[in-house]
Amino acid sequence: MADVTFTVDGKKLTAPAGTLLIDACRTSGIEIPAFCYYPKLSMQAACRMCVVRIEKMPKLQTACTTPVTEGMVVATETDEIKQARKATIELLLGNHPLDCPVCDAGGECELQDMTFKYGAAESKYVEIKQHREEQQWSPVVYFDRPRCILCYRCVTVCGPGMDVWALGIQNRGVGAVIAPNGQDHLNCEECGMCIDLCPVGALTSGTYRYKTRPWEMNHIATICTHCGDGCKTTLGVRRVNDGMEIVRGDNRDKSGINGDFLCNKGRYAFDFANRTDRLTKPLVRQPDGNFAEVSWDHALDFAAKKLREIREAKGGQAIGVIGSNRTTNEESYLLQKFARTIVGTNNIDHHRTADYVSFAAALAGKAGRTASLRDTLTAPAILLLGNDPTNQHPALAWNLRSNVRLHRARVYVANHVEIKLRRQAKAFLQIPQDGYASLVQYLAGNDSAIAANDTTAAFRDALRKEESLLIVFGSEFRGRDIQALVDFGLSLPNTKFAALGDYANSRGAADMGVLPDMLPGYVPVSDAAHFTDEYGAPLPKTPGMDLLQMFDAAQRGDLAAMYIVGSNPVSRFGVDPAVLKNTFLIVQDMFLTETAQLADVIFPAANLYEKAGTVTNTYGDIQLVKKAADKAGVRTDFELIVRLADRMGADPKKLVPFGRGVTADMGQSRGPESGEADRHAVWLAANRLELKLSPFDPFATLDEIQRLVPSYHVSRLELLTGTEQPEKFDLVQIQPAGSRRDLVLPAEDTLFTSGTLGRFSDMMKAVVESHTTPNPAQTAAD
Amino acid sequence: MSTPQTTIFSPATAARFDRLVALYPVKRSALVPMLLYAQDEVGYISDAVVAEVAQRVGITELDVRNVLTYYSMLRTKPIGKYNVQVCTNISCMLRDGYGILEHCKKRLGIEHKGTTSDGLFSLEEVECIGACCWAPAIQINYDFYDELTPDKMDQILEDYKAGRGKETV
Repeated sequence: MADVTFTVDGKKLTAPAGTLLIDACRTSGIEIPAFCYYPKLSMQAACRMCVVRIEKMPKLQTACTTPVTEGMVVATETDEIKQARKATIELLLGNHPLDCPVCDAGGECELQDMTFKYGAAESKYVEIKQHREEQQWSPVVYFDRPRCILCYRCVTVCGPGMDVWALGIQNRGVGAVIAPNGQDHLNCEECGMCIDLCPVGALTSGTYRYKTRPWEMNHIATICTHCGDGCKTTLGVRRVNDGMEIVRGDNRDKSGINGDFLCNKGRYAFDFANRTDRLTKPLVRQPDGNFAEVSWDHALDFAAKKLREIREAKGGQAIGVIGSNRTTNEESYLLQKFARTIVGTNNIDHHRTADYVSFAAALAGKAGRTASLRDTLTAPAILLLGNDPTNQHPALAWNLRSNVRLHRARVYVANHVEIKLRRQAKAFLQIPQDGYASLVQYLAGNDSAIAANDTTAAFRDALRKEESLLIVFGSEFRGRDIQALVDFGLSLPNTKFAALGDYANSRGAADMGVLPDMLPGYVPVSDAAHFTDEYGAPLPKTPGMDLLQMFDAAQRGDLAAMYIVGSNPVSRFGVDPAVLKNTFLIVQDMFLTETAQLADVIFPAANLYEKAGTVTNTYGDIQLVKKAADKAGVRTDFELIVRLADRMGADPKKLVPFGRGVTADMGQSRGPESGEADRHAVWLAANRLELKLSPFDPFATLDEIQRLVPSYHVSRLELLTGTEQPEKFDLVQIQPAGSRRDLVLPAEDTLFTSGTLGRFSDMMKAVVESHTTPNPAQTAAD
Repeated sequence: MSTPQTTIFSPATAARFDRLVALYPVKRSALVPMLLYAQDEVGYISDAVVAEVAQRVGITELDVRNVLTYYSMLRTKPIGKYNVQVCTNISCMLRDGYGILEHCKKRLGIEHKGTTSDGLFSLEEVECIGACCWAPAIQINYDFYDELTPDKMDQILEDYKAGRGKETV
C-alpha cells in the first residue's frame, strides 16, 4: 500500500497506509504501552493503555485500533495521557493482588512495569479484593484469577492463533473471567502460548512456577531438539551443583525462524536433560554380565583397543557405525569421517525419516527451489501433501495458519486422514493412503490416474492457476515419487519444495553423509576425489551396509563390532537382542535405552542443549546451536568421537583440522558460562575471527564441511549472529539415484511424543495422562 | 441438517432449531434465539441444553457458555414456575418500584433471585422493561402488569397462586 506521512511527538514518520498507529510508532522506536494489543492478533481495544491524543479528534484514541492516515498529528506522552494511563492502571489494580514477591511474573510483568511508570501512589478503591483460589487447568497451565486483567491475549492466541479455541470469556462486567473449555481443565495442544503472551502472572507454567526469577537465569537461544522444524527456543538456565540446569524454555525474545511461536515440546520437554537417571559415568560390561562404572580412561581405552583389534584382524568391513538424528552437523560429519578414515568402512547409517537423497537428486542443479521455514509464512499458495503438521511440525502448522489468517494464503491439502489443517485449507482432498503417487500423476495431467470427480478437478484447476506454489510433502513420498512430484512442480511457473522429515537433525545427518553410499553433500562413495585430497587418506569406494543389513550381518556373525551414537535402533527397528550377542557394542547416549542395555561399553553423552555446533532443519535452514545447559560427567559426542579416534591411534589433527599456529588459551576451555569466554566469543565474532585451539572445537570441523560441501557454504557471520542460513541445495552434486533402498521409517510422532527424547520428558508424560484420564468436570467459574 | 440422533427438545422445538440454523449465513448466529427458545421449553439452560445447542450450531460448549453467561436473561439454574420481574428503573423507581419490590419480597418471603419453597414464584429485580408510561410495572414470564399498587400486586400473586394468571409458559 502507498505510504503515508504523519507526525508523532514532533517526529515525521512514514508508514504504509493501513498500518496501525501503535505498530508504526513501535517500528520508529516510540513505545506505546498496551496490555491487550499483541502484534498480528486480532484487535481488542480492551485495556485503554495505548490512548494517544490525535489532533482534531475530540477524545483520546486507542493507538492499537487507529490506522495511520496522511497528515495525522499525534502526541503519545503528555500530562493528559499520563493521567489517563494512571487512571487505567488504578482500575486494573482494583482487584489485582499485590503478590509480586511470590508471583512468577515478578520482574518481567508488564503490569508491574507500567505501574512503576504511570501508577498512582494510592488507590481510591477500598473494597475487599475479590479473591479466588488458583486453578490448575492442566499439568503445565495454572490460572490465578485475581491477577488476570482481562486483556484477552490468551483467548485470541488460542483461538485464531492456534485454532484450538480452548479459552473463552464467561460472565459479564465485573464478573468476567477467562475460562477453559473443559470446564475446569484445558483440552488443547498445551502449546503454552497463552502463558507466554499473558502480560501479568495470571497464567503460569507448570515447569517454571515458583522456581526462580528472570534475573537469576542466563538466557540462551538455541535450537529445540525435538521435531524437524528447528525452532529457536530461549532457554533460561541457572547454576546447580552438577552443572547448569534448564529451568525454562520460551521464545519471548522472538529470536529465530519461529518468531515467538513455540509448541509444547520446545517449551516443556527439555526436562529430559535434568533427569536423575541420566548416564553420567562410563559403563563397561564385566565378565559377570553386569555393568560397572569405570573411569573415562578405562572405558575409552577398552573400547578403542577392541575396535582396533577387530579392525586389524577382520578389517573395517566387520565394524558398523550408526549415527544420530539429534547430534550436530559437525558430529555427524565427524562420525562419518571417523568411520571412513579411521575404521575404514562405509558401514555407516542412521535412522532415516525422509528420503533426502532422492529429494537432492530430483532437485540437482536447480537453484532457489527449496523453501525455508520462513517461506511457509509468506507464500501466497501452498500445497500440502501428506503429513500432519499440527502433530509433527507444529511450527509449520502455525505458519500455515498465520499465513492464511494474515495474508489470505491459499492452502491446498491432500491427505489420507482428515488432518486439522483442513480447516484452514481452501481445498481439502481425502485420498487413499497409497494414493499419493497417483494424485501427483493426476495433477500432472493424467486424468485416469485417480477416480476423478468435480472436487478433484476443481482442486487441480485451482492449483494450476497459482502463479507461485510452495509444495510441502511428507515422508509418504520417497524415491521415484519424489522425482515425479518435483517434475510436476517444475512444470508450474514458480515452485518451491519442502520435504518433511522428523527429528531435530535428520536432514543434517543425511547431508553429512551418515549413509552407506553417500559422502557429505550426497557425493557417491565411488567418487571421493576431493575428499581423499582433504583427508589425506584413501576412502573405501564401495557402498557399505545400511542399517538393516548391518543387523542382518550381526546375526550371521559377520559384524564383529558396532558403534552406535545417540540412537536406539534396537527399539525403533524391533531388533531381536539375540542378534547382537556376538557383536562388540559401543553405545553413547544420554540414557540406558534398549540398545544401550545390550552394549559392552556405554559413554554418557551430552544432549543438543549442552553443546555447540550447527543443525539443519528439515527445510534446509542451517542454524547455530549454542551451549546452554551443562551436566557434570557427560561429554559431547564430538569429544567422544575424537577421543576414541585418538586412542585408536589416529592423529586428531587430521580428524579435526584445529590449531593452525595459535596455541594460547583464549578462555574457551573454561566453558561458555565463565563470562570471559563469552566476551571473547563476542569479540571474535565482531572481528570476524574464530580461533580454533582445541581438537574438540566443532567449528574447525565446520570449516572443513564448508570446504568440502558446497551447499553448506553459507555466511559464517550470519550464523554467528543467530540468523538461519538456507542450505544451497542447488550446489549438491548428486548423480541420478540408481536403485537404492530408501529405508525411510517415519517417526509418526504425535504432538506430545517428540523426537527421540520425548519419552524421557516427565512433563510430556503428565500432559498425555491428563488428556487420557480427564478430571470429573466441575464448574470453573466458581 | 445436523439433527442429533436423540434430542432433549420437543419435536416442535427441534424442528424450529433445524430451521433456525439454516436461516443465517453463519450457523452460530442462531445461538442466542436457540438459547431463548430452549430456556422457554426447559425452564433454564441446563448442561444438556448447552451440549446439544453446541452440537447443533457446530461450536464448542465453551463458546456456548461464553455467550450464555453474557446475557442476564439467560439462566443456568432452574427458577420458579412464575418469574416475577420487578422493574426499578427510573420511571418505575419514581413511582415506587422499590416499594413494589419490597412488597413482593415480604409477601413471597424471598430475596432478589430467590425462589419460593413450593417452586411457584421467583423474584428478580430487573432493568427497564419498557413500560415507563404505566409505571410501576412488572413482568411475570412474558406478561405485563402495570400501574401497580401493593394491593394490586397482592391480587396478581393470588391469581397466579390459584392458577388464574395469564399463562404463557
